[in-house]
Amino acid sequence: MNEIPLTHILFLSTALFFIGMYGLFTRRNLITMLMSIELMLNSVNINFVAFNKYLFPDQLDGLFFSLFIITIAAAEAAVAIAIIINLYRSHQSIDVDDATEMKF
Amino acid sequence: MSSNIFILLRQELLLSLLIFILLFIKIGKERSNESILNLINGLLFVNLAAGLFGMTEGGIFNGMFTTNAFIVLEKNILNLAMLLISMQSYAWLKNHKQLAEFYLLLFTSLLGMFFMISSGNLLMFYLGLEMSTIPLAAAANFDLAKRKSSEAAMKLILSSAFSSGILLMGISFLYGTTGTLSFDVLTAHISNNPMQLFAFILLVSGFAFKISAVPFHLWTADVYEGAPVAVTAFLSVVSKAAVLFTFTTILYKVFTPIASVWYGVLVVLSIATILIGNLFALRQDNFKRFLAFSSIAQVGFILIGISGSSQAGSASLVYFVLIYVFSNLAAFGVVSVVSALAGKENISDFKGFYKTNPFLSWVLTIALFSLAGVPPTAGFFGKLFLMMAGAAKDNYGLIIFASLNMVVSFFYYLKVVKAIFMDENEAPIQKLNVPGITKLAMYICMAGIIITGLASLVYDYIYSLSIGI
Repeated sequence: MNEIPLTHILFLSTALFFIGMYGLFTRRNLITMLMSIELMLNSVNINFVAFNKYLFPDQLDGLFFSLFIITIAAAEAAVAIAIIINLYRSHQSIDVDDATEMKF
Repeated sequence: MSSNIFILLRQELLLSLLIFILLFIKIGKERSNESILNLINGLLFVNLAAGLFGMTEGGIFNGMFTTNAFIVLEKNILNLAMLLISMQSYAWLKNHKQLAEFYLLLFTSLLGMFFMISSGNLLMFYLGLEMSTIPLAAAANFDLAKRKSSEAAMKLILSSAFSSGILLMGISFLYGTTGTLSFDVLTAHISNNPMQLFAFILLVSGFAFKISAVPFHLWTADVYEGAPVAVTAFLSVVSKAAVLFTFTTILYKVFTPIASVWYGVLVVLSIATILIGNLFALRQDNFKRFLAFSSIAQVGFILIGISGSSQAGSASLVYFVLIYVFSNLAAFGVVSVVSALAGKENISDFKGFYKTNPFLSWVLTIALFSLAGVPPTAGFFGKLFLMMAGAAKDNYGLIIFASLNMVVSFFYYLKVVKAIFMDENEAPIQKLNVPGITKLAMYICMAGIIITGLASLVYDYIYSLSIGI
């Protein structure tokens, strides 16, 4: 059976990571920025699972790590969305360009 | 070596107990804010006192959680800082409706830091780090009605999530190249191969975000300005100290084989951090922003001490952090009282402050002298030991650069002192009625600033516990 080589998967995860980073820097909508960060965290998940399956199939460290990342990303998103809702109440907008009272 | 969970996890269990007590206070019958505050301050004092004796060494959960006398000492310093912050925010919290939540968030964050400091495994470290940052973002938004507060919380949560993403990428590459997450096993597998160097750089960037080293400092000033003063004090002292402790442990324990690589990284980071922190501190008028940039500059000096990579390196780090707790919290205490009672946070408001509030003026002045490093105060000895630890690498250019920058920092610290004592002001801040417990906290800080500098046994004690490479 022809297995997909590890490098392909690493390429995918690295591409996802930098797409997420690009999204974070270019998007101005807070929810989209949060989604970009989730993309970065998920690329790390792919990395962990792939390393675990291809290189160290006899242990479970990578799988567990990705499970914990998923859990924490959910907690992080919950707090971030609560903050964004509060920001919307005070600024009437979820665009970062509207929340720039403090500079330098 | 002991493996008794109740002895090794003593401080964490006690803090969890405090969190549960707070929850019961919250759902229990209505109490006055004063009684809750007195109860919490008493409990925090017990928490600090209980940490002081019985230091055992050992590891549990398969090496995930390790502790020794040095780690217990670091946790005690954090406990002390938490107690001082709590005492100083008395005036602000007395009239606040949700004070139980405030403490819940900060205690949870502190618990996360404890787990992060004693972590012996990258998974445990990551969990502790997230447990310490997520509640802090919520705490930064604690002034729900203020526009600046929500902006600060938004910046904090986004930048910390981004930095933990970078950190995780680094950890995943480390895992991929070594196949383990445990610190002890990792050390044997670390070498100069490019993949691991890349992972190391990602890991350091994640750390640099959390300790706000330049060029990863951009969130710091905004978050410090927008967050409530007590949260700012927590962010700039406790959170930064905890990450610095962990950073040092990881550098010294895990990345020992590539010590020459991270020495270069630390040098570049510290030069940039000191320079940018100083230059931006020169032009600030908001007091919290000013303290933010001054704390960025202080981190630069701390990085020089860490780069010494010897027993003196980690000892001078902990010693300096102890002094930094006293001096920075004294400054924040005054700002906190003025902000809560007079509603002013700008340096220009402090003109003629001495005429109306001589006690607070002296506290602030001594704190600023200590932050600047003027000899009789402890800040001077702290910086001296950091420089001496850094000088062990024979890189005297760096030390000279840092010392010259200390002269620059005198200018902006003394500018505040000049405003307090010499500048005329027709409408100075009125006489403030400082709560007794806040005054006590300020006296403790003053005593700390004087005694930790003059009594050599403090440094000797820290040195005897610390570990080098």
